[in-house]
Amino acid sequence: MTAPTTDTVATTTWTGQSLPRKEDERLLKAQGSFVDDEGMHRQGYAQFVRSPYAHARIVSIDVSKAEALPGVITTLTGDEVKAMTEPLFQFAPKEDGAQMNEYLLAVDVARFQGDAVALVMAETREIARDAADLIEVDYDPLPVNTDGVKAADPDSYVLHDSLGDNIAWKGIFDWGDIDWALENADHVVKIDKLHFHRYSSTPIECNAVLVNWDPGTDMIRVVSNNQFPMFGALVIGPSMGVGIDQFDFVSQDIGGGFGIKINSYIAIGALALLSRKAGRPVKWTETRTEHHQAGGHGNERTFLDIEVPVMADGTMLGFKMRAFDDAGAYLHYEPLGAVIWSQVVPGPYKFKHVHVDYTETLTNKCPAVPNRGYSRMQHIWFVERVVDLVAQELGLDPVEVRRMNYVQPEDYPYTTPNGCVYDSGNLPGALDRVLEMIDYDAVKKLKEERAGSGKRIGIGIGTTLDSGTNNFGQSRILNPELPFSGNGEACTALLDLYGEVMLKLGTSPQGQGHETTASQVAADILGMSPENIRVWAGFDKSHSAYIGFSGTYASQFAVTGINAVIGAVNKLKAEIIEVAAHAFGVEQDQVELANGEARIIGNPEAAIPFIGIANMVLANNATLPHEMAERISLVCRHVYVPPFEVPDTEKKYGNLTLTYSTQTHAAVIEVDEETGKIEILDYAVVDDCGTRINPMVVEGQVHGATIHGIGAALRESFDYDEDGQLLTSNFLFYHAASATDVPNIKTDHIESPSPFTGTGAKGMGEGGGAPVHTLSSAIQDAIGPGRAIVDDSYNPPERVWRMLNWDGPAEERGVSVVSKNGGS
Amino acid sequence: MANTPGPVQDIEFTLNGDPISRTTSSRQLLVHFLRDDLGLRGPKIGCDTGHCGACTVNYNGKVIKSCMTLAVQADGAEIDTVESLAGESGDLDDLQESFRENHALQCGYCTSGVLMSSKFLLERNPNPTAAEIREGIHGNLCRCTGYVNIVKAISAAAHGDKGLALIERLNREHAEEAGI
Repeated sequence: MTAPTTDTVATTTWTGQSLPRKEDERLLKAQGSFVDDEGMHRQGYAQFVRSPYAHARIVSIDVSKAEALPGVITTLTGDEVKAMTEPLFQFAPKEDGAQMNEYLLAVDVARFQGDAVALVMAETREIARDAADLIEVDYDPLPVNTDGVKAADPDSYVLHDSLGDNIAWKGIFDWGDIDWALENADHVVKIDKLHFHRYSSTPIECNAVLVNWDPGTDMIRVVSNNQFPMFGALVIGPSMGVGIDQFDFVSQDIGGGFGIKINSYIAIGALALLSRKAGRPVKWTETRTEHHQAGGHGNERTFLDIEVPVMADGTMLGFKMRAFDDAGAYLHYEPLGAVIWSQVVPGPYKFKHVHVDYTETLTNKCPAVPNRGYSRMQHIWFVERVVDLVAQELGLDPVEVRRMNYVQPEDYPYTTPNGCVYDSGNLPGALDRVLEMIDYDAVKKLKEERAGSGKRIGIGIGTTLDSGTNNFGQSRILNPELPFSGNGEACTALLDLYGEVMLKLGTSPQGQGHETTASQVAADILGMSPENIRVWAGFDKSHSAYIGFSGTYASQFAVTGINAVIGAVNKLKAEIIEVAAHAFGVEQDQVELANGEARIIGNPEAAIPFIGIANMVLANNATLPHEMAERISLVCRHVYVPPFEVPDTEKKYGNLTLTYSTQTHAAVIEVDEETGKIEILDYAVVDDCGTRINPMVVEGQVHGATIHGIGAALRESFDYDEDGQLLTSNFLFYHAASATDVPNIKTDHIESPSPFTGTGAKGMGEGGGAPVHTLSSAIQDAIGPGRAIVDDSYNPPERVWRMLNWDGPAEERGVSVVSKNGGS
Repeated sequence: MANTPGPVQDIEFTLNGDPISRTTSSRQLLVHFLRDDLGLRGPKIGCDTGHCGACTVNYNGKVIKSCMTLAVQADGAEIDTVESLAGESGDLDDLQESFRENHALQCGYCTSGVLMSSKFLLERNPNPTAAEIREGIHGNLCRCTGYVNIVKAISAAAHGDKGLALIERLNREHAEEAGI
């Protein structure tokens, strides 16, 4: 595959500065607008009735007592939903066409604790809650399965009868020649099992929806905090039998998303039906408990029977393994995760031979949905665990093993075994820098000094990739018939009547500062200050530019969003210059824009302010030639489309993402032998996301992603008991990290501009989950060779203590080496 | 509120310096009363258990979580919300300005609560160490910033430094705290 190219141009001056954000003043003064800050005339309040069982047949639902309660407006049950809608669109039906029948409310069977079985709408929040308690649901409990590997057994109890089994998707990924590599390697390191746990970045604002299905116009106005509204519309529109043109999706400020808020489209659809039934607007604000039970969890993945061929000098040739992804009870955005990991098959390394037998299963747990680092983080955690275990078992230096196996700076653009093109980077440079930041040699000495003191030191390294601007063509690896490929984003740039510059984006940001960064690049093109450029806050489908991919997800605004802005603003600039050149009676190449004026180059006295241009086109158009007046609108829409091709779905080969940011992390931890408690003594990050449009915003993203990963590695887990009851359904039990739980983060950066994006920028918001890799690595280092291995991504004190005190036989360590020279 | 079943109660209190006199349902939470009945946007709701701190307000000189308080408990109290910080002119106060300069907010949802806790901290301890700042805001969850820039903003507001000097001072303070 040839490397993609692009013809957009780099900008200068404002771009690259750490400008304070346009968004901040309103947010600091509580003048932002989050969903619950909005209201509609005659709105009611909704409450979901949710299954307390992880798996149960719904025998009957009696809403009569609830409907008799004064203040109750209406109710809605799964049977009613089934009668008025079609099952939701599924990405990958089985070859015989079999697929699950999911509706906007559960029908006949509840499949996880928190599955929504009914809705009630009342005049106040409190009445709605009272009424939900009065809805009588008769459940008949069914067998529960919470194990994503066991779910694949042919005799496991089937969740969805229409599917016939619990396999959501299954496929073999095979590149290079793993059999040759295992045959010819000097050592084969075998690892029995690695497990990446369930957690979520748990945005502080839970899901919220305010919806009005207007009885007069049949328009459905959805004020929500969904972060990918056009995807939601694509899925629920056909189910509800409504056109996309009927939806007006609106969001302004969103209180964190991290991918999880892609999932709220199901609730949006159900609430829209409730609004239609009531003939009134309805508001729903999810509770924290509901959010944890049903709002969506990150992917849980189990890796089995891992074999890693390694040469005597430490060169790693690849790996072979079986992977099981636990999708939970329904497929929301899944099974896309089943292919999205293949954006980063070898991680940051030059592995050539890879074989993955992949299965995604259904269990009686909350549906898995994208969460910061979606699907690639799980895979790179696996790769980093493998690298550390190979180093440990073969007695090699983990720093040197990384350095020698990394993709090297001179290798870019680097094509991976499955055809992905890594655009740029400097991994050895980042590793050197991050080790310098933690004073590696000094902490190695400290580790020796502290040995035997009861407080062990561990040093961990984690390298990760944040692949951004994905090629939706990868969905065809799941199902070649899917009508999706490429990617893109839209922007409209316009001059208003008095010459004001405004941008409207297609994105729905949750704190990423799009208003600021969009104004920075636009300011450079138009020769004016970002202060004088208004960027419409949030998304409104009725007038924002958008395409099917519009939204804020998957590390891409710096590429898709910014290039859409650049394209739209360049078109606006061209129109302004054409009108000015006509007015001046000069050629267009004689006109430049500066300080909010169009002027003749070399003669700044001859200038028309933008108000004059706007006036000529929008309110004084008899002064223009008729042809020009009709052609030029000063409203310029541009869609940026990254250069992708449809992948080869047979070979599962092709470029799946445009950019690859890298992050290299290093941690120094202290482990208390008595309790297993970990204290992070030092933590450093080197980020490389190419050209930085606003370094302050970039660093903020690095900080946030780092603390999510640290929290996930040590504190945060969605644990279920054997009955499928979630044990961590609120912040009392789910330990989201507070300021005293996490360390200071030291950051530095390298800039390896992407050759594929015009500006050199890369998407970087997800961060790639590096702290999870890094802390597993540090704990392994603290435990030391020949003892227990870190085989789980979640390591609370109890687990660390057990590993420190594990004293089983060597053959039960879960790792072994077979060497060619007869050693093992 | 008026349609909510159950007893009601008349309450009078001072909100951001202004007298308020209302009838509230006895079961209504203070945060819902402030948001739904009085139309404030500052106090936010992020959890059911008093852990997230998005609803933090100042109640008779102490910070409390308004989701853990009934509206009727406001009777006779002086309550300040984040809406009290910016002056009459609408200009950001020094702490808010420091948050802006140091990028101490991203989505902005936790910010109201963090500001109220930070202000309370600085009133009691005008010269806090990084560790004291972290202790002072440990009742406020933020999922966007990793707290790095929040600590920086509060420390900068107290110490008046900025840029590299500020970062190096905080790195030093954290290193001393960790004993490394």
